[in-house]
Amino acid sequence: MSPRIILDTARFQLVIDRLCHQLIENHGDFKETAIIGVQPRGIYLAERIAKRITTISKNKNIPIGKLDITFYRDDFRTNNSPLKANKTDIEFSLEGKQIILVDDVLYTGRTIRSALDALLDFGRPSDVELLVLIDRRLHRHLPIQAKYAGKTIDSIINEKVLVEWQEQGEEDKVWLIDKTNLEK
Amino acid sequence: MSLLSQKHLLGIQDISKADIRLIFETAKQFKEVLNRPIKKVPSLRDITIANLFFENSTRTRVSFELAEKRLSADVVNFSASSSSTKKGETLIDTVNNILAMKVDMIVMRHPSPGAHAMLSKHVDAQIINAGDGTHEHPTQALLDAFSMEEKVGDLNGKNVLICGDVKHSRVALSNILCLKKLGAKVRVCGPPTLIPKYIESMGVQVSYDIKDSLAWCDIANVLRIQLERQDIKYIPSLREYSIAFGINKSLLNSLKKEIVIMHPGPMNRGVEIDSDVADSEHSIILQQVENGVAIRMAVLYLLAGKKE
Repeated sequence: MSPRIILDTARFQLVIDRLCHQLIENHGDFKETAIIGVQPRGIYLAERIAKRITTISKNKNIPIGKLDITFYRDDFRTNNSPLKANKTDIEFSLEGKQIILVDDVLYTGRTIRSALDALLDFGRPSDVELLVLIDRRLHRHLPIQAKYAGKTIDSIINEKVLVEWQEQGEEDKVWLIDKTNLEK
Repeated sequence: MSLLSQKHLLGIQDISKADIRLIFETAKQFKEVLNRPIKKVPSLRDITIANLFFENSTRTRVSFELAEKRLSADVVNFSASSSSTKKGETLIDTVNNILAMKVDMIVMRHPSPGAHAMLSKHVDAQIINAGDGTHEHPTQALLDAFSMEEKVGDLNGKNVLICGDVKHSRVALSNILCLKKLGAKVRVCGPPTLIPKYIESMGVQVSYDIKDSLAWCDIANVLRIQLERQDIKYIPSLREYSIAFGINKSLLNSLKKEIVIMHPGPMNRGVEIDSDVADSEHSIILQQVENGVAIRMAVLYLLAGKKE
């Protein structure tokens, strides 16, 4: 199967706008809310959302943090090539805050499981919500669901979701590709 | 992506520049972990590590043990003074007996140079060298170089002085190997009796003039006079050593520049280094100790990530 686009650049922007409006609807002025992006690829989405919310709601001081989960992964030592660690950068207390955890793709749920462990080491948030750009709703390994999903798709194990970001020098796009022929 | 080229950490000699860079990158992340309210990550929760110390140590031993605990590994400690080695058991037997209790990694300090390399050929566990006699002390060299980079940036082309008891120092040997791999220029300085013959063949300069050497360097790593290895008299007296080679404030003030002072510990205050230097703003001795835990976490983490 040849790669196909599941979100083109125009729809990509619409989806992000929709997610922002949903967040504003639920969190109002973001006084007790913080956005935490999961390293490495959740950061782009987290920053994009924080920026967009600022434009839409004129709300300037949304706390945003970066969370690296490398040392919390459960596939360390079973995976042939361990992930490279990234920076964790959370410069505010999570105690009693509402946390919006942000990642690009939700698939098995294991990354989010690790992220929850990592997050709770920084304090006790009042609650944690999950926001993802793409929700691959089949093949979940753990009982984890996103509260906000940009797009929900059905995909098989042999497929891979590739998100391209402007920040990486690409156009904003989401591809569904066949892992057996990885060239785009 | 990122794996060490070696299964064990026996010495700096065996690892590549890419390995060193990878350890530094990982250590930076662990340093951040160590400054969190909860300084612990679950990475090694399925690993058991035995710390075998056949020679005395406080800093290295505490540093390794903390690094292991911060990574959630299970830790057993062992020191030669309270063990069956006193009853005549061989090193390989001792280690194999410990491994039979399902231990995954061995951190060892041993007075015989090469003990780790020998052991690595005979037992089935990952081995980390925490000092083998006068041979190598790789984690110390890594944390030294890491601390230097933190202070002055890339070491390529920087002048690093190693002064004092170079002959008996495993720190010196590992430091030289590590610094050369990172592109630094290295000079050793000390009394001729404490500078090994043919050390120039490692690509280092040799000097017997401490003042000239301090003026030359960006960083001075001051080594301890190893009182326990002075079985024959290499120096007339500690006092004389202190006068000729001790680093003091007035010596530093006479230089027309600022240099960074390091010491791997334990310090003999008033012998190789004076208190007014050790406690001054030039000294990064306590940063070295802090970085030691992060470096050892990185080494343990990266070695544990290597599958059989």
